[in-house]
Amino acid sequence: MKQYLKNIKQSFKLKKSLNYFVIAAFLIAMIGLDAGGMLGRSTVGILSRIAYCIILAVSLNLVVGFLGELSLGHAGFMCVGAYVGCFCANLLHKSIASDLLVLIIAMLIGGATAAVFGFIVGLPALRLRGDYLAIVTLAFGEIVRNIFNGWDAFGGAMGLGTKPYDAHSLFIVAFIVVLFVLMVCQNLIRSKHGRAITAIRDNEIAAKAMGINVTYYKLFVFTIAAFFAGVAGVIYGHSVSIIRQDYFTYNYSIDYLVMVVLGGMGSMNGSIIAASLITYINVWLQNMLTGDLAGIKQPIYALILIAVVMFNNAPALKPFKERFNLRNLWDLIFRSRRKPEVIKDDAAEWNRIETKIKIDDLLSVEVPPNKANTPDKPQKDGAAAKPKKGGK
Amino acid sequence: MNIVSGLINGLSLGAIYALIALGYTMVYGIARMLNFAHGDIIMVGAYAIYFAVGISDNPVVSILGSIVFAILICTLMGVITEGLAYRPLRGASPLAVLITAIGVSYFLQGIAQMAFGAKALPITLPNLGTIRLFGTSISVGTIITLILGLILMLALTLFVKYTRTGRAMLAVSEDNGAAQLMGVNVNRIIMLTFAIGSALAAFASLFYLFSIPSVDPKLGSMPGIKAFAAAVIGGIGSIPGAVIGGLLLGLIENVCKTVPGLSQYTLAIEFGILILMLLIRPIGILGKKRRVKV
Repeated sequence: MKQYLKNIKQSFKLKKSLNYFVIAAFLIAMIGLDAGGMLGRSTVGILSRIAYCIILAVSLNLVVGFLGELSLGHAGFMCVGAYVGCFCANLLHKSIASDLLVLIIAMLIGGATAAVFGFIVGLPALRLRGDYLAIVTLAFGEIVRNIFNGWDAFGGAMGLGTKPYDAHSLFIVAFIVVLFVLMVCQNLIRSKHGRAITAIRDNEIAAKAMGINVTYYKLFVFTIAAFFAGVAGVIYGHSVSIIRQDYFTYNYSIDYLVMVVLGGMGSMNGSIIAASLITYINVWLQNMLTGDLAGIKQPIYALILIAVVMFNNAPALKPFKERFNLRNLWDLIFRSRRKPEVIKDDAAEWNRIETKIKIDDLLSVEVPPNKANTPDKPQKDGAAAKPKKGGK
Repeated sequence: MNIVSGLINGLSLGAIYALIALGYTMVYGIARMLNFAHGDIIMVGAYAIYFAVGISDNPVVSILGSIVFAILICTLMGVITEGLAYRPLRGASPLAVLITAIGVSYFLQGIAQMAFGAKALPITLPNLGTIRLFGTSISVGTIITLILGLILMLALTLFVKYTRTGRAMLAVSEDNGAAQLMGVNVNRIIMLTFAIGSALAAFASLFYLFSIPSVDPKLGSMPGIKAFAAAVIGGIGSIPGAVIGGLLLGLIENVCKTVPGLSQYTLAIEFGILILMLLIRPIGILGKKRRVKV
């Protein structure tokens, strides 16, 4: 135990865990403001919405950004979690008085059920890649909606009525869950398992050849991501008074995909920032835009999504990106003594190393160009001339 | 009596799915990408028909005019999305292309919602009447869908098999790089594929409107996904496979809809079949196995 604590102390770095402190500080500030009566009911509602959006975005990032598989059924997992968790909560309210305890149990049950489905959906993921998997996850989301729509025990098409949790304390619970989720995901990614997961993303065959158990890790990531999505669903279910299946459409999954891509695939902090910002902007736009203008949000997000993906991936933009990226800009502004030429040379060097050895380089090994200029030029000429004569 | 009408209705629904699935399967076979926006091309076609159907009182002229207009708009849309969104990403990672395609689909839906509103607009196609066949009355629209759909599929198969351009398409789908070395203009072939797929989608949108006469921005997404399921069931990349998958899915959907207890779970059953298919035989009924080389 002592050794363990010592290890933690040694490996602790402020830079690595800054995000926990930022979120915790934000939470404490909000609790303070709320205690002072400065936050209205709607603001508190937005806070818990931001919290479950962060959980969803971070867990989706685990699948899309780190495992490299596209999941379009994240709303489906959330739907399962919300329905099952809130159904159990409704039952538990009869026997357990404490709302907090009910919420925690509901989150665990909802998360576990979603995790089971995550495992089941993960199974085809072992045989399928990319596009097929995206379709399977999408199909899963639609199947879940379809089944809950027809299942009368869960309210059918009318939706499942829930007992909303007190909004002023829901956001505190939600943010504590965010901290927990972040801790799990971040430590997972930084562990050897996380390295294995990113290795699968970068090259599945190579990862397999290195002895990584691809089956295990794929199922593992799908299950964990589904668990967290289910938990987020339960939090959502407790922030509203009725759960309806048409909330969890496939477009809703895409909203989270937008957050993950904008925040940066494979960046936890990026997902957190993008989820909070986009959720906040959405709420803000909802109040600002009414009627036909409300539709303007979707095409703009779509354009931003396309632009970000294109900027990051288009082969034609690669040289441009290498020249004008944030790091170069940073160097230019803050390290003006480092001349741009030096940076350019570095880039050229890296390009050479990355690309295959060129024919010129191969030739120059055999006949170094500086040797031609050495004093024994005549001798070389003679040597070159000799076989010519012999040939004739 | 119900069996015949159910069969014909199911096959005609299947023909719609097959037409859409052909677009998916061709693009997937040739450009190696899942064009998520293909379903929304149908929506674009439906709006085009909505605006063009009123040009004449004569039912034949009005339908012919609207289908020509829809083909023009859809083809244009397909080619534009290919050129602007997918071409710059050729050679990029499949995930990036897939996300871009989703973005395009999202964009088209959003634009349609902005321009025409989120509400469903009722559309009045000229009434073609019904005919009596084997003792049951079947609408002429259904018959046209089935016959014209089959003719289009046959024409496409012949085109791919026996023309120079079609053979170039096959070559590109077989080996992109080798086809380029043999002098095939790969970019032009891919663009042509998108154009053909979108033109077929225009037909699909007309046939779809025969059965459900209203237009809304999300009209294309569900038939699009189902058609993709059909393409996968039939074996993606294979043209006869898409046709078989489409017809099969249409029949299944119609059977599910008529059985009382199952009707509300139609969607779940269809996608369940897709997932089962992928688990048992991921390459589909007529698909060819592709080996992944390191």
